[in-house]
Amino acid sequence: MSVAADTGSPSGASTVASAVKARLMQVAEAAVTPLMPADVLDLFDPLRKGAELRARVVAVEPETADAATIVLRPGRDWAGHRPGQFLRLGVDVDGVRHWRAYSLTHGPRRDGLISVTVKAVPGGTVSPFLVHGLRPGTLVHLEQAAGEFVLPADGGRLLFVTAGSGITPVIGMLRNLFPATDAGVVRPARSAHHDIVVVHLAPSRPDTIFARDLAALDAAGAIRLVSRFDDEHGVLDVADLATLVPDLDQRATFACGPAGLLDALAAHHEARDLPLFTERFRAAAFVGDAGEGGTVTFRVGASAADATVVEADGATSLLDAGEAAGVLLPSGCRMGVCFGCVVPLREGAVRDLRNGALTVATPGETAAGGLPVQTCVSAAAGPCEIQL
Amino acid sequence: MTTLTRKPESPIAHLTPEDVEQIGVELDAIRQDVLDSRGADDAAYIRRVVDVQRRLELASRAVLLGSALPPLWVLGTVGLSVAKILENMEIGHNVMHGQWDWMRDPKIHSTTWEWDNASTAEGWKHSHNEVHHTYTNIVGKDNDLGYGIMRVDEDQRWHPFHLGQPLWNLLNACLFEYGIAAYDLELGRNLKIPKDKRSPEFTRRLKGTLGKIRKQATKDYLVHPLLAAPFGAALPTLAANLTANLVRNLWSHSVIMCGHFPEGVETFEKKAIPERETRGEWYLRQMLGSANISGGPVTHLMTGNLSHQIEHHLFPDLPSNRYAEVAPKVKALFEKYELNYHEAPLPQQVYSAWHKVVRLSLPNGWLDTTTPRNLPSQLRLLHAMSTGGPKVRRAAQARLEQQARRRAAA
Repeated sequence: MSVAADTGSPSGASTVASAVKARLMQVAEAAVTPLMPADVLDLFDPLRKGAELRARVVAVEPETADAATIVLRPGRDWAGHRPGQFLRLGVDVDGVRHWRAYSLTHGPRRDGLISVTVKAVPGGTVSPFLVHGLRPGTLVHLEQAAGEFVLPADGGRLLFVTAGSGITPVIGMLRNLFPATDAGVVRPARSAHHDIVVVHLAPSRPDTIFARDLAALDAAGAIRLVSRFDDEHGVLDVADLATLVPDLDQRATFACGPAGLLDALAAHHEARDLPLFTERFRAAAFVGDAGEGGTVTFRVGASAADATVVEADGATSLLDAGEAAGVLLPSGCRMGVCFGCVVPLREGAVRDLRNGALTVATPGETAAGGLPVQTCVSAAAGPCEIQL
Repeated sequence: MTTLTRKPESPIAHLTPEDVEQIGVELDAIRQDVLDSRGADDAAYIRRVVDVQRRLELASRAVLLGSALPPLWVLGTVGLSVAKILENMEIGHNVMHGQWDWMRDPKIHSTTWEWDNASTAEGWKHSHNEVHHTYTNIVGKDNDLGYGIMRVDEDQRWHPFHLGQPLWNLLNACLFEYGIAAYDLELGRNLKIPKDKRSPEFTRRLKGTLGKIRKQATKDYLVHPLLAAPFGAALPTLAANLTANLVRNLWSHSVIMCGHFPEGVETFEKKAIPERETRGEWYLRQMLGSANISGGPVTHLMTGNLSHQIEHHLFPDLPSNRYAEVAPKVKALFEKYELNYHEAPLPQQVYSAWHKVVRLSLPNGWLDTTTPRNLPSQLRLLHAMSTGGPKVRRAAQARLEQQARRRAAA
């Protein structure tokens, strides 16, 4: 075995150990083919090191009538996260695997557990199940935390504008900054340089997720909270923000909520030349022409026999069209945020459902492996071929 | 069996084209009912079967480490045989049909599954899912009819070669997984082509299959016996693996023979199938071309629910655990349209299928016209037909058929 040369390990003992390990792995593979050793180990410890990333549901804690915090014990390969990041979660609803992206609610916890807070979207598939149907002990699938919507480590003057469940990534940051204990809110040294205002919007008072947490943080002086409830104060006009937050011009704004609010904020901040960081939780409405659609060919491997061909209209995402035809496609947030659904477009044209932008792949001219496209926000624009 | 269109009295003569389309509509409705109610219970079912199968195989292989002791050998071999049967029948065959693709679980999906068999998943999905399930029982199109080596229909011209087919069939049963692998590759047809003219596609698939066979054999006949060697059980473990593979070959061969071979199952002429078969016409061909095995839940599980062959052929992509609940509705439809729902217990179907193999190994009418009294003269005739040229065969065949008709009339 040439393991020593491969690893460049100076230690003879560890070279022998890794050679033995590699040989044992070969034997294990030969002993369980056509399965992989991992398939066998999964029977006994699905959360072990080296396993596909999974998590076991520890608790489902109701937050309001239609929101709950899902507490998870992640597999041993969980690499941790920064406050404000999100993760892609795969759960089986009615026997069907669905992937969705959720913001992590906590910063890193000492007990190693992680949590996401989910609001049941009326008529939704996954969120109502997570809030009302998920049982402790269930195994779910996940991917490592991702996202750039994170707290600046060196502090500063910050404004969070959150609407509805858009509070979840922000709560994750705030809990990390100001841990809540039985004795009250703690203000550790790392939060000394953070001056935070939270403008939180919700349809009405009792529906506010984490209302108690925010109120406690406000009472402890950790943050300044401005709550606006649509039924009491009317829907917020972003032009009024400067009134609610007098030193708005000196703050960096982090916003998370529905597209309408974020679009309005973007315009408002651009006009005033203010820094803005956003995280979208719904795909923005389609703005361009719907287009014609076309024939989509999904190829699995090299074999022509394993191709699935579907007719998709110009308003249906490649992801929806493929899944409806039984094609196994990667997926995540289903709104263009997480990039969990990216696959190469080998040939043909697709249109971005958010802005109408065309992506055209021509073999020989564009990249050899195809152009990466997000299937959840792309629709066929003529015949196209996807390689899986 | 004579192809349906050449029969004097067709079993579907009473059906109007409207009836046939209505059958299609009613079967579609049955299918939709299952699709609408498919869910968590079904997912839990297949995951449980996969889980039980894997644990059973592991436990059996662990027991075989002690197979120097005869009782442990028996226990381990029985367990391994059952595990291998479950893996191929209820799990592999059905997963590769895409019955569980709706779960969107990459671990249980037709595009990712590889089974414990000499045949590759890719080869099997082509020859079985595409060819056999589309052209079911069409003579000359569906290679499952006799696998290209046997005469399974009166309309196939008899040749002395066919005298050996009970033996070929027995050999095929013992080596079934290799037979399937060869058949998926269309090995007979492809090997006739000179080496340098064979398609690159065939060469690629041949390489894949040989690699698969090597891996399978290494696991069963080398790695596990060697693992058992420290316990003095290398040879017993080798024997156990051989036995388990043989048991599975015999079992799966029997079950599959029961699906389309028993007497009374219809076959079809290539030229009688319309260029564009309607959904109703396709359904009708599946209804008439398949036979069920009656029995209890264990029979259904161990046959991979191919005991519900009729339902499986009508709805190849419905989850196998739902065929049992669909069967009474399908049976009622057969009764409504006065069609023969072919169903019998396993031993009866196996006997019937073998009877057909033996009967058709002989010239048409020979078995019917033979009695203990005329046996010597019949054997002389058979000898003449076997050694003589085509002319002799034609003349003797005409006489046999005349005698058979006379006997039938009497």
